[in-house]
Amino acid sequence: MNDIPQANPDTQEVVLAARNVAKSYGSVHALKGVNFDIHRGQVTTLFGENGAGKSTLMKVLSGVIQPTTGKIMLDGQPVSFTSSSHAQSLGISIIHQELSLAPNMTVRDNIFLGREIRTPTGVDYAEEERLTRLLMEELEEDIDPLTPVEELRLGQQQIVEIARALSVKSRILIMDEPTSALSATEVEVLFKVIRDLTSRGVSIVYISHHLEEALTITDHAVVLRDGNMTAYAPRAEIDLEWIVRNMVGENFDLGSPPEGYDFGAPALSIQNLTVMDEAGAGFAVVDNLSLDIKAGEIVCIYGLMGAGRTELMETVAGRLSKAGGEVRLHGHEVSHLTIAQRIESGLCLVPEDRQRDGLVQTMSVGQNLSLASIRKFTRGIFTSRKDENQLIEDSIRDVTVKTDGGDAAIGSLSGGNQQKVVIGKMLATHPTVIMLDEPSRGIDIGAKAEVFRLLAERARDGLAVLYSTSEVSECLSIAHRIIVMHKGHISAEFGPDATKEQIMAASGESVAA
Amino acid sequence: MSALSSSSKSSRSGLFCEGFDLGRLLLEGRAFFALIAIIVIFSMLSPFYFSVSNFLTMSSHVAIFGFLAIGMLLVILNGGIDLSVGSTLGLCGVVAGWLMQGVTVEAAGVILYPPVWAVVLLTLVLGAFVGAINGVLIAYFKVPAFVATLGVMYVARGVALLMTNGLTFNNLAGKPELGNTGFDWLGFNRIANVPIGVIILAVLAISVGLMLSRSSFGRWLYASGGNARAAELSGVPVKRVQIAVYMMSGVCAAIAGLVLSSQLTSAGPTAGTTYELTAIAAVVIGGAALTGGRGTIRGTMLGAFVIGFLSDGLVIIGVSAYWQTVFTGAVIVLAVLLNSIQYKAKPKKS
Repeated sequence: MNDIPQANPDTQEVVLAARNVAKSYGSVHALKGVNFDIHRGQVTTLFGENGAGKSTLMKVLSGVIQPTTGKIMLDGQPVSFTSSSHAQSLGISIIHQELSLAPNMTVRDNIFLGREIRTPTGVDYAEEERLTRLLMEELEEDIDPLTPVEELRLGQQQIVEIARALSVKSRILIMDEPTSALSATEVEVLFKVIRDLTSRGVSIVYISHHLEEALTITDHAVVLRDGNMTAYAPRAEIDLEWIVRNMVGENFDLGSPPEGYDFGAPALSIQNLTVMDEAGAGFAVVDNLSLDIKAGEIVCIYGLMGAGRTELMETVAGRLSKAGGEVRLHGHEVSHLTIAQRIESGLCLVPEDRQRDGLVQTMSVGQNLSLASIRKFTRGIFTSRKDENQLIEDSIRDVTVKTDGGDAAIGSLSGGNQQKVVIGKMLATHPTVIMLDEPSRGIDIGAKAEVFRLLAERARDGLAVLYSTSEVSECLSIAHRIIVMHKGHISAEFGPDATKEQIMAASGESVAA
Repeated sequence: MSALSSSSKSSRSGLFCEGFDLGRLLLEGRAFFALIAIIVIFSMLSPFYFSVSNFLTMSSHVAIFGFLAIGMLLVILNGGIDLSVGSTLGLCGVVAGWLMQGVTVEAAGVILYPPVWAVVLLTLVLGAFVGAINGVLIAYFKVPAFVATLGVMYVARGVALLMTNGLTFNNLAGKPELGNTGFDWLGFNRIANVPIGVIILAVLAISVGLMLSRSSFGRWLYASGGNARAAELSGVPVKRVQIAVYMMSGVCAAIAGLVLSSQLTSAGPTAGTTYELTAIAAVVIGGAALTGGRGTIRGTMLGAFVIGFLSDGLVIIGVSAYWQTVFTGAVIVLAVLLNSIQYKAKPKKS
């Protein structure tokens, strides 16, 4: 840790500074006391894995959310943003990873949305159009101001977002993964724009998973891990290896693959599976993929967002339909079965987003736990209270949910315990194959370790486990086999002795390129 | 909700703990306290209000809305809405009346007079059919519930008007020689002095209550209303639940149609107009969330009685019909306001 930010930042150099900024959501600590400087006219890049707290920090700096503790200093003066428009009026703009454009409106209307140029007779569309044209010329993009945004390519939409941020004369521009949807030439244009902006004194905060690309543009690097700032250094002192080391860490033990038993027969067998994208754009999100998992085996899928992990699992679970290929469970084709029938025959999925797909917020902890196994405690037409309570108590004990009991509201649990409820719900169906999509997302390191320990125990009893993650350190924990997915394909396969650099390289994160 | 102790799993122990928090008790039991308040106030204003016979008369008025409200509760628990129940009520009443008048089969040259049980059965099937149309439109064709049931509301009303040419079937008594008497039994008879309609309402409410709290279907319904995606991934047949719910709502509307036309001994095509709104109001006053997943049969019944006893009370003390509308509207807005207060407080940590 060199060049730690000073308690009182140099106001000539540092335009915006965060001091001991922490943010908690209930018992989940997204940020744990971060110090962070943004230098005038320079690019500061934030590195970190998913869930490290990058986006939370950016939201704090741009006024979208207020920090729980800590202070933010603008030009050396403490400020407290009441809203993102307040931050914007002070010259801080953010371009979110998910675009916030109104697709039905034109480029011009989007750029001036909420700040229309008004004349006594209405909006001055001609002036807005002229200014939009100027911005597009500056960005070297041939986009007509009167095109509806939905007709633009994703990369062009990103340019429109950037143009909007530029049009408010921002001094600090925060870009959250701006290049993820851009083509190589568009990235070059963007970088030229960024250099142009910095030479005019605009400060840029840049977030990207594309490490090499970020290194070509950045002046300072900040690395976050689990809500802590783990490293901070100017460009001259760092290289790729330094970033990866600080991003991933190497300390916490998430367990090791369970040993001392033989795998059984193949439990889940995926043959040439192809899944088309849901929006109907006609490309395959899972492309001719084949994978076998044996009873007792733990397989980890590593990949970036959009690699097709979620689609693969949801198709196997029965929520999405496949375009081709076969899915066999213990040798039997399951494609014609409903989700309920697949669960009945021992195949289940713990979905990625537990708020959206995992939990029923209006129901209690117990009702959530028993939801997937209602048939098991239905006697005739009525459910048996006694059998249900037995099942709930067993589940709470099995997956060690910390709760006041089955009647507690699901919202009263911490993220990690909510995740255990979702896993417990599925384990209560007595599966033979369990798929977990990012089981560690948004839960703290202790809960992570418990979840992995639980899975390792079940694997020893013959459960086939397939889990996905976007954190390399989690691949190298309990998995017997690591599959790297990239754009719908399996791009590499490793044993438990692979290195972090190898795995990241195969995912397209281009570390060792 | 936070009062439940960890030591005891039984829900009974919670009853005593809740008494400590008066505000919470008043908020959660608001429909019940509102009903008590209405009874007390009107009893003071009118000497005729507080009597068993008046309560039974008012209850038989409530029954009509009660049937619709039970069906509506199921739909709202599922996260939907059913605007077609008033029209379905009208259509089912008209069809029942039409069947009672005798069906002329041109080809055979005979007039068929189906017995009353067959009339009732056919009417219920019709209600289920209308509900099935709603359900299929919503579950499989992804038509928003509001729009689908709005369309069906117009179609059903139009069909009822076409069948009668805008007129009303008046002769529902049947003829002894044809063996189809007894239709008025539903609306006029009493068992132990309790109107049949009220008894049917009680039976229906208890069975639906049991279904909601004790059957797997009930659990599926709450789960798919609370979070359809999570329910689906847990193996709940979300689409079948959705269709079943609209069919049940249709059957409830058909029961209401039968009881109403029996009470009136006539079946008019405009019967039940705007009743869907009263049913929604009853469900909302009963504490159900329009977003789905929250609500009980007990609350909905209380809600139906609040509306019914309020409007009948206003009639008894001679308040104009215009003021009745104003009062009903105010009660609904107040109920929704209190609902949002209650559910906002819900996710609080215990």
